[in-house]
Amino acid sequence: MSVIYILLAISILVAIVFFIAFIVSVKSGQYDDSYTPSVRMLFEDELVKKAPKETKESIQLNKSLNN
Amino acid sequence: MSTNDCYHCGDDCTATPLFFDEKTFCCNGCKTVYEIFSSNDLSYYYDLQSAAGSTPKAIEGKYDFLDTETIVERLTEFTDNQLQIVNLYIPNIHCSSCIWVLENLNKLNPGVSNSQVDFPKKMLRITYSTEKSSLKAVVLLLAHIGYEPYISLDDYDNKKKTIDRSLLYKLGIAGFAFGNVMFLSFPEYFDLSSNKTNGGDFWLNQYEGLFRWLMFSFSLPVVFYAGKDYFISAYKGLRSKLLNIDVPIALGILVLFVRSTLEIIFDWGPGFFDSLTGLVFFLLLGKFFQQKTYSFLSFERDYKSYFPIAVTKILPNGKEETTQIHTIKKGDRLLLRNEELIPVDGILITGNGKIDYSFVTGESEPVYKNSGDKIFAGGKQLHGAIEMEALKTVSQSYLTQLWSNAVFQEDKTSKFQTITDSIGKRFTIFVLSIAFTATAFWLFHDSSKALNVFTAVLIIACPCAIALASPFTLGNILRIFGRNKFYLKDTQTIEQLAQIDTAIFDKTGTITTAKKSTATYEGLELTEEEESLLKNTLRASNHPLSRSLYDLLSAQNIITLDEFEEHVGKGIIGASNNSKIKVGSASFVGRENQNEIENTAVHISSNAAYKGCFIFKNQYREGVSKLFEAMSQSIQLAILSGDNEGEKKRLEALLPKLTPLYFNQKPENKLQFIKSLQEQGKKVMMVGDGLNDAGALAQSNVGIAISENVTIFSPACDGILDATKFEELYSYILASKKAMKIIKWSFVLSLAYNAVGLYFAITGQLEPVIAAILMPLSSISIVAFTTIATNILGKKLK
Repeated sequence: MSVIYILLAISILVAIVFFIAFIVSVKSGQYDDSYTPSVRMLFEDELVKKAPKETKESIQLNKSLNN
Repeated sequence: MSTNDCYHCGDDCTATPLFFDEKTFCCNGCKTVYEIFSSNDLSYYYDLQSAAGSTPKAIEGKYDFLDTETIVERLTEFTDNQLQIVNLYIPNIHCSSCIWVLENLNKLNPGVSNSQVDFPKKMLRITYSTEKSSLKAVVLLLAHIGYEPYISLDDYDNKKKTIDRSLLYKLGIAGFAFGNVMFLSFPEYFDLSSNKTNGGDFWLNQYEGLFRWLMFSFSLPVVFYAGKDYFISAYKGLRSKLLNIDVPIALGILVLFVRSTLEIIFDWGPGFFDSLTGLVFFLLLGKFFQQKTYSFLSFERDYKSYFPIAVTKILPNGKEETTQIHTIKKGDRLLLRNEELIPVDGILITGNGKIDYSFVTGESEPVYKNSGDKIFAGGKQLHGAIEMEALKTVSQSYLTQLWSNAVFQEDKTSKFQTITDSIGKRFTIFVLSIAFTATAFWLFHDSSKALNVFTAVLIIACPCAIALASPFTLGNILRIFGRNKFYLKDTQTIEQLAQIDTAIFDKTGTITTAKKSTATYEGLELTEEEESLLKNTLRASNHPLSRSLYDLLSAQNIITLDEFEEHVGKGIIGASNNSKIKVGSASFVGRENQNEIENTAVHISSNAAYKGCFIFKNQYREGVSKLFEAMSQSIQLAILSGDNEGEKKRLEALLPKLTPLYFNQKPENKLQFIKSLQEQGKKVMMVGDGLNDAGALAQSNVGIAISENVTIFSPACDGILDATKFEELYSYILASKKAMKIIKWSFVLSLAYNAVGLYFAITGQLEPVIAAILMPLSSISIVAFTTIATNILGKKLK
């Protein structure tokens, strides 16, 4: 029955891993804003296709900022 | 969306819509934003939510102070050679489109490497490289696309607010320990009567010690970290000779822990570690629930959040220089651009002053000032640039001195005894007397059981359910009020609100609306031709009074004016078919004797002959009459106005008979008035809006600010009520009263549980399993009861 030591050790270890994960996530500020991520995840990931437009962008921007 | 609405902001494109890209726009600003977005592949913005944008305002020169390095350094959160991080408050953030476009800022400015929105706080955190961009460039970009950040002196003075996450940590630890202890208690639950002497499962007896000591070690952080606030609060309460609710809770936790530890040391039993950790977990859950904050609102504002960081100073040699406003000295010459705030009291030197004092007085109508007039800090210049000479420093100005009153330094919360604490006091005395009586009884009958009974009573009587009733009820009410646009600072405000017996209202901006939309005409009757000319002249003007007068007049044929002139700050002239009309101030139209200074009026003359004037009246909010009628039945009412008596007759007709009306009240008078009422033992609610009410709001038991736009300005207060919900004010007060009743019923319910538990405790048969069942059962049923009851209450609020 001394296998109980191993089982307990594993179960507590797993619990502690999750507990540490929780502490780390709180510390990194994940729980400070619980609303925005729920909206953000629904956005299309279209930042990817920005590469070819680089030059045109800055010109356009300057023009519109100046008027 | 109808075709006549602006594609960007959704406003009605009045007379002259702009067309671009087959879409309509109400103004050039909106069109420009659309151009920026569409040319940078950001038109997805309009797919997420139609007409999500807002019109950008003119900001020329406004952010020049961001060129100053020391100011930038104070504003940024992190700075090194290449990188800066800044947190900006953007009041305009309101929908998912906003989040999307602001998080794609790097498409508009390649120097931005990362931008992240915190929606509930309306904050934007931007990381940008200092080589490719600057804070000024980023802020200007944001302002150009209609998301102007709000930067005030407050951001400059208060540096680095640390977020307090300790409650989350504590909750996590207590929950973690609770779960594990429950799990480790299972062997004991299934094999209750076993111990080494009377048999039971062999393996359980073998490992019983291991399980128990594991539970003990799990409970250590719960008692000494997660529960430490209760010990501190109880100790503080006892030291100031107060028996607050935390005293029996701390006593319960302590007895639970000590008795359980003794039990496992001397092998008397398994201890109550499951109840102990569960108790702390539920209590913290209640605290967490109560801690609902409206992070995008601020209830602690003082003048600093209204004031800019820097203004333009004109040096003796004529050069302009951006200067921090704390460094302004008497005699300095300042340049104020359009829409800038006057930082100090001073004298107007050049320019037409059209100053909006609505922050200070609540009066929405701007005041005209000429060169040589005195102008006061807090006013906002509305038309063109002006130059002024400072007469005082920032901290000595009239407005800022208001804040040196002691009221603003006091902490209101410490003086108020909550319902839970007042119950807690009686409860503690009651429990201690039962504990001692029962112990005395058992000392005579069976002294071996005496200690057992004493601790059992303290354990079972630990007022977990009582301590939960109030946070869950009030926390829930707070949320329901929030959904109904009534935002309160904390749950304690609800308790205070329920006790109100006197309500004082400010007039301007509180029971009247900011808009002036009713007008009466006095004077010679206008001919049909004149009326038509008047309407067409007004049509061309953008002045707010012209716009509202235009809307009030009956429709006329559109004619083309032969001549149109707008004299800024004076009036307008229109001519057609040889007739000429002048509309504007009395002196402008050529009327000499002015005796109606009390009212806002638009005067009219036709072909140089004076005709008459339209007098604008303050419009009272809808339902004012009804609200006062209902409130007057249980609450004493009064009006305290900073205005003159011009509206006295109308108010008397509108309000219940004999409602006291006080006019010409200065901010200090208002504060003193509230104070003297409180000295008579009244519980006073102050309802106001402007900074002139700030003192009274702080002095009153409950200070409520009425706001047309809750995210922008409101003085320091206990609650902010959206102006559209003004007529519901009384039903909110009634709801608070009902909430207190719900709490009292929950107390009855939890006392019933305690009575059952006490029976087991006094008779000396409290098993850990009974405690472990009773504790969560009572807590959960209290939570369920309060939640259901408050939701029923919330349904009735509309």
